[in-house]
Amino acid sequence: MKATAPMKPLLELVDIHKYYKRLRAVDGVSMTIGQGSCFGLLGPNGAGKTTLIEIIEDIIDPTGGTILYKGARRAAQFRQEVGIMFQQTALLSFLTVAETLETFSRLYDRTESIDHLIQLCHLEEVKAQLNDKISGGQKQRLLLALALLNRPELVFLDEPSTGLDPQARRNLWDIINTVKSQGRTIVLTTHYMEEAEKLCDDIAIMDKGNVIARGAPMALIETHCRRATLSVPKVQFPEKPGDLQGVINERGDRIQIRTDNVNAVVSKLLSMGVDMRGVNLQTPSLEDVFLKLTGRSLRE
Amino acid sequence: MRFKRMWAIYHARNREFFRDRAAFGWNFLFPFLIILGFGVIFKGDYQTQFKVGLFPIFPSGSVHQSIDLLPESFVAFKAISLVGFETRAQGMDKLKHHKIDLLVETGTQPIRYWVSDSSPSGAIVERLLKEALVPSDSAVRFEKKDIQGRQIRYIDWLFPGVLGMNMMFSALYGVGWVVVRYRKNGVLKRLKATPLTAFEYLTAQLISRIFLLMFTLVVVWVGCDLILDFRVYGSLLNLFLVFLAGSTCMTALGLIIASRGTSEEFTNGILNFISWPMMFLSEVWFSIEGAPGWLQASAKIFPLTHLLKAARQVMNEGEGLFAVMPEITILCAMTLAFLLVGAALFSWNK
Repeated sequence: MKATAPMKPLLELVDIHKYYKRLRAVDGVSMTIGQGSCFGLLGPNGAGKTTLIEIIEDIIDPTGGTILYKGARRAAQFRQEVGIMFQQTALLSFLTVAETLETFSRLYDRTESIDHLIQLCHLEEVKAQLNDKISGGQKQRLLLALALLNRPELVFLDEPSTGLDPQARRNLWDIINTVKSQGRTIVLTTHYMEEAEKLCDDIAIMDKGNVIARGAPMALIETHCRRATLSVPKVQFPEKPGDLQGVINERGDRIQIRTDNVNAVVSKLLSMGVDMRGVNLQTPSLEDVFLKLTGRSLRE
Repeated sequence: MRFKRMWAIYHARNREFFRDRAAFGWNFLFPFLIILGFGVIFKGDYQTQFKVGLFPIFPSGSVHQSIDLLPESFVAFKAISLVGFETRAQGMDKLKHHKIDLLVETGTQPIRYWVSDSSPSGAIVERLLKEALVPSDSAVRFEKKDIQGRQIRYIDWLFPGVLGMNMMFSALYGVGWVVVRYRKNGVLKRLKATPLTAFEYLTAQLISRIFLLMFTLVVVWVGCDLILDFRVYGSLLNLFLVFLAGSTCMTALGLIIASRGTSEEFTNGILNFISWPMMFLSEVWFSIEGAPGWLQASAKIFPLTHLLKAARQVMNEGEGLFAVMPEITILCAMTLAFLLVGAALFSWNK
């Protein structure tokens, strides 16, 4: 499908495909990524996200298609202007965190202050430790610091929080939000819908090598899954509810009302004297969008 | 090409080498122990080469009372050591397994002995025994003459071989295996994401490894020389240049192995496939003089052969740079060829 972004495009992908023998890892993706956006590539494991992002990063070659960066084919300068955080990577052994940053900083023409990056990524306490002696969360923050080392205009983050505990994940999101607030373009892949919802303002959902939906998170939900679910304790639910403008189901000791018009249902329940303190509202998520579009869960 | 980028990788690789205490220590300890061990073994002027078993000897191992039963000139020969066995079966078992070269039954007339037809050492000892039985006055057919000029101790001949062998293993594994490991665990992919070029990366690896090899060479040399007092008849500077050419060539060979692949096991197999024949055919431990012509010709494909030939010419024979120039030229040509092939094949992530 052809998808468009509202901002000035920084990246343009035209009919990108990558085949491995019989496997079509990426199958004809065309889209643009706007400058200054946080673009999320969402999809389950094996959807082709990492393959596509690595093609854009110029790490692997596509079988076919064209990629334009700032309106032209990527040249040597591309590597000076992008920062990459891979999903899985090791670092040079027997170097400390600070030495690793120092070594990588020498590979670029223009670099951020190492002290500033250490502060930004909360690495002060481990900067003198060998990088194979730090925790998973600290390593992810170091990899993020490496991706930001050259003051990149475009930052690629491939599954940045995979394997992290909830606290470490939130710490990482805070840092990414700081980077985002600096106006840099971020391309992020994830299979955590919460991560995509919190960080991204533009999302493409991938499945089986194709982009199957594109848009802002709320717009995607609005378009594909408007229906919300209200859950009311059975004891409070009126015997004759009348027309509630929704589908009513009984689930254990609760009654679930699936509706496109939450406000109308809530008004009706209030008018019938239902105590709203016991009512739960479940709004649709990107997970629901994906489920609706593919019939599968994101984590399958 | 940016020297700043090459310097960063060169510096990081050196740090890695010096901080990996176990590998660092072993790099020095391994050649040092081998040379020291051989220095102790071959410290005497003569070495025992052949073992002759005697039976019946009671208790087993005590052979002194039976020495009189053998020709005096035979048992007095320093290259022969005698081992006693209580029974013939015990002696035969050792003979069949080549633990001894000849088995003699004592107290028989004529002397009865057994020797394995498949043992070259056995044939030599048999000949020694037969010669010893011939009356001495009829054996005056030879006149012994001393070797004129300097005699080279085995340890002086072996020393460049062990250093070259250590250099070979360190170059091949230190570059080939390490880079493949980096490719497998994603370090190379991370570096590819930077402006660093393949040429810059490979050059930094090459220079770092040459520096480390030469550093190790000097340290091991000085350490061993303090204990074993090596005799160098040529110029130390020339010797250094020969080893420098050799280390560059073998590191470049390591780069070919490093150029592709993500399987450490497969790389290990390739490294063994190259290093073991090179070690045996390049005359590290023994000369292949007298081996079939095709084998001697095959040995010339190995850089270590040329390195050791040149090193021994300088160290043992006192030759100058001009005399070893053919070997240095071959090493330089091989280096160039290996670098071109390595650079052409190199992939960051395949």
